[in-house]
Amino acid sequence: MRALLTVFCKEFVENLRDRRTLFSALLFGPLFGPILFGAMVSRMLNQSVLESDEPLRVTVSGGEHAPNLVRFLTSQGVNLVFTSWSESDARAAVKRGSAAVVLIVPREFGPRFTAALPAPVFLVADSSDSQTRKSADRLRALVAAYGSGIAQLRSQIRGVSPLLAVPIAVNDIDVTTPTGRAVVVLGFMTYFVLFSVLMGGLYLAIDSTAGERERGSLEALLSLPVARSALVGGKLIATCAYMCLSLAINLAAFVVVFQFVPLERLGMSANVSVLTALEFFAICLPFVPLGAALMMLVASFTRSYREAQTYLTSVLLVPTLPIAFASIYSLKAHSALMLVPSLSQHLLMTSVLKDEPIAPLDLALSAASALGLAILLIAATARHWRRETMLG
Amino acid sequence: MIEASGLSKRFGTIEAVREVSFRAADGEITGVLGPNGAGKSTTLRMIYGVLTPDGGSACIDGIDIRGETSAARGRLGVLPHAPGLYGNLTARENIEYFGALHGLPKERIRARAAELGHALGMDGFIDRRAKGFSQGQRIKVAVARALIHDPSNLVLDEPTNGLDVMAIRNLREILRDLKSQGRCILFSSHVMQEVATLCDRVVILGQGRVLADGPLETVRTRLGATTLEEAFLKVLGEAGAL
Repeated sequence: MRALLTVFCKEFVENLRDRRTLFSALLFGPLFGPILFGAMVSRMLNQSVLESDEPLRVTVSGGEHAPNLVRFLTSQGVNLVFTSWSESDARAAVKRGSAAVVLIVPREFGPRFTAALPAPVFLVADSSDSQTRKSADRLRALVAAYGSGIAQLRSQIRGVSPLLAVPIAVNDIDVTTPTGRAVVVLGFMTYFVLFSVLMGGLYLAIDSTAGERERGSLEALLSLPVARSALVGGKLIATCAYMCLSLAINLAAFVVVFQFVPLERLGMSANVSVLTALEFFAICLPFVPLGAALMMLVASFTRSYREAQTYLTSVLLVPTLPIAFASIYSLKAHSALMLVPSLSQHLLMTSVLKDEPIAPLDLALSAASALGLAILLIAATARHWRRETMLG
Repeated sequence: MIEASGLSKRFGTIEAVREVSFRAADGEITGVLGPNGAGKSTTLRMIYGVLTPDGGSACIDGIDIRGETSAARGRLGVLPHAPGLYGNLTARENIEYFGALHGLPKERIRARAAELGHALGMDGFIDRRAKGFSQGQRIKVAVARALIHDPSNLVLDEPTNGLDVMAIRNLREILRDLKSQGRCILFSSHVMQEVATLCDRVVILGQGRVLADGPLETVRTRLGATTLEEAFLKVLGEAGAL
């Protein structure tokens, strides 16, 4: 036990002096997520808020053939620019990007309209561009609204109730709460949290195993009258300590970042308070020894720092797999899923974000499965350290 | 006292060490001499307990080395082939870390590290981080680290590798000093001169076997050679190990 503590203290202090460890464990790992995330989300939000506020700009060709439509659009606050482009001119302009959306009113619009036949208009836009696609959608909705107004008038004139043309009234009832809507946006925040947990211990896991072998200090260490399990234990706990530090910094950064992200402007409220951060910490805590043991086990089999780094980079991706599955199949928190580490943490954290109640059983299952797997991996690591091949 | 009896080790199909037996006495320096690949490191590794022999045993002061926490390990100081240090720790911290792992009390570790630092001439760099140390400085720290628990036995695997002339002389002084304190010193080398100038006793290994063993002079005269080098070549030649 004393040896374990000695190993822990030495690894902790030694890595505190290592610039590479400090940078990755306490700076890049934990802060990368919140900063990138905050910047991305606020840009996304600003954009969509701006778009719905901004007046729609439309280039109209042949507007003189539909003066009433033009008047209607103007009254709806659409900025109209008049040209006399042919269809091919309009296509070229949209392709060039000099016009976003072009509405072409052909000559036959007037006669067909008067004859109460469907009067054609052409809407030229590039649907691969998400910006102009939105503008085109808005214009299409406006033209349709104008059309249905005309339809109502026509049926009234003919003594037919306009309601006959509306056999079904669809009413949307959206049950998403403001927080729920935000969850869609915040979905992958949980990955950044798990990523920071692993990043926190990455370099220590490498340095205390493959690094120890590469710099030649391992053999002297193994010749000491110390149980290998104490060596593994001390190194593992030091790794866990850095992972917890990284997680704490990460969560604190998220709390700060969310003070500045304008989620409320979209009618969303993100539930990221200090209390949320503490809940996240508790949920992720059992994942810490699991991640540490996994990284140590993998690094123990490698011969050099570089080799360990290569393999552990893929280990960093392991927690993404269940999360990716969860979003593809839109899995909901379910007791059976709590047995899958990283997925269970993701689901529980999502529940916290959504303000949903968490079953104590789910929490217990999530912790037990992560810790159970951690114990297996720790035992495997200790076993490997007892082997001669450990010398390399 | 270090005793190897019938040590054998194979790696796959290669028999690295076959039935190696010898004894290194207290107050003597015993040199294990042999060409590259003769099984020197493997033999020493079995003696200091990081490799488990397939046959035979190694005892330190009569105690078997096997087992992670064998009492024999506490009586043994080890300088492995690659005596790496922790670059982010100072020389003193490197030495004290091993003291703590030996389970020594704090004050004892502190006093002993200071004593060794002085005795090995490390006063100039003992509180500097080990990152930029020269090979000579590294070896000194590694020797101090191996001696922190004041062991009566010391095993060194090619300690003079990569050292310059001054550093080698320095190390020789240190080893003679330790010998005069009555410790048992076992070291391996493939440099003839090293063994000739330093050792009381020599064990010549070739192809994993003991080809000659005894006091330096005895081995030389028994083989009818004028120098150790001649004796060495002769015995290897006879064994077909050249």
